[in-house]
Amino acid sequence: MRVDRVLPYGDRALLVEVADLAAVAAVRAALERAPLPGQCELVPAARTVLVVLDRRPTDLDVAALCRLSPEAPGGDAEVSSVELPVVFDGPDLADVAEMVGRSVPDLVAALTGVELTVAFGGFAPGFGYLTGLPEELHVPRRPTPRTRVPAGSVGLAGPFAGAYPRESPGGWQLIGRTDAVLFDADRDPPALLAPGARVRFRAVS
Amino acid sequence: MLTVLASGPLATVQDRGRHGWAAIGVTTSGAADRSAAGLANRLVGNDPSAAVVEVTAGGLRVRAERTVLVAVTGAPAAVRVAGRAAPFDAPLTLPAGQVLELGMPPVGLRTYLAVRGGIDVPAVLGSRSTDTLSGLGPDPLRAGDRLPVGALAADEPFVDVAPVRPPAARPVLHVLPGPRRDWLAADAWTELTTRDWAVSADSDRVGLRLTGPRLARSRDDELPSEGLVPGAVQVPPDGAPVLFLVDHPVTGGYPVLAVVTTADLSAAAQLRPGDTVLFRVAP
Repeated sequence: MRVDRVLPYGDRALLVEVADLAAVAAVRAALERAPLPGQCELVPAARTVLVVLDRRPTDLDVAALCRLSPEAPGGDAEVSSVELPVVFDGPDLADVAEMVGRSVPDLVAALTGVELTVAFGGFAPGFGYLTGLPEELHVPRRPTPRTRVPAGSVGLAGPFAGAYPRESPGGWQLIGRTDAVLFDADRDPPALLAPGARVRFRAVS
Repeated sequence: MLTVLASGPLATVQDRGRHGWAAIGVTTSGAADRSAAGLANRLVGNDPSAAVVEVTAGGLRVRAERTVLVAVTGAPAAVRVAGRAAPFDAPLTLPAGQVLELGMPPVGLRTYLAVRGGIDVPAVLGSRSTDTLSGLGPDPLRAGDRLPVGALAADEPFVDVAPVRPPAARPVLHVLPGPRRDWLAADAWTELTTRDWAVSADSDRVGLRLTGPRLARSRDDELPSEGLVPGAVQVPPDGAPVLFLVDHPVTGGYPVLAVVTTADLSAAAQLRPGDTVLFRVAP
């Protein structure tokens, strides 16, 4: 892991830019282990980690971020493992199978056979961008987003898989649905798919 | 206990927001004008964490079910208690059974009503705030709602009246560089910080849409989504900047050109559709 750049972001934040999702995870893990003084939020994304402070950032913070230890998110002290029950009957399942040149049962076998990792959240409370899909299962978003995607829908888009915590508009290819409670503000932790969690789909009917 | 008789266009319960949940997609939210909400709490001797009512464009009417100490701050709506003019930016007693009413503020947008003890609705993820984007927290207020009063009173209030300037008609907001200045054309920063910008009707607690010169991009590829903060000035493909406020999405996929300083976020929250705003480079 190497920090490419630390970009300015107003008087309460800095944006750490890195090469890939593995580096994002490493930066996030490093800053969770050893937070900057006054660090109040970390927002991992695809190529960046936003570091929000309760004070004005200084050159010392920039230097500290540039020096982050180049370790993988080791320790794995609190990595959670989630098995997500999925009914594979989504409206786009057959289209996706055709796009990736497989039968539906083969596609389901491939999807349930991989271990995914929550790379980051951000779209809605409890939504996690799952990475780890083999490249042959990457499919584009739908050309026209749906205005209503039901809560619990499981979808694919580009390198990501994800599950909608609540009804919203969305352009992902819907392959199935889960009845898992993805977000519950009264639960600890509230999000089932928090950054860093390992996830497997389990086919149910 | 307060009973809501009328909410006006939008009235919500707000405190200092939810902190530490951005990584799972939960934004901070909270009072849009933190200065005015904090002042309202101080005037009634509340703990700074107490929840207040944020009233958008006036129109709130509430009845006290027992005698309470209240204060109204922010956008200077006319305050009437039992039909008579009552002071603004000052503690005042609302006797049991009487109605407090807020008019439409002549300037500014958001008026705050604090009650000694705080509005005691259930907290969600540590905050009583309504996040209008995700729906977390209590629903916006409606006629008939009953608002319990809590026990978050701290000191006895000792300030009679707070000398506060009303929101400026053409406020100047100070900006610092955002992370993606290089994704915009070379003149975008100058355009932002020298021209007049109008607040469009399509503005809310999530953000203000601004109209003015179109800000051109210097590159057309897609920016991977990245974290946002309140005050971030993002430039979507149509070139009309969006200034994010407290209910901003946690991440966004368009370049952030500039960031309004924390000290000026309260002034930004008082802008209303049709207002003109200026941006200047922060010292």
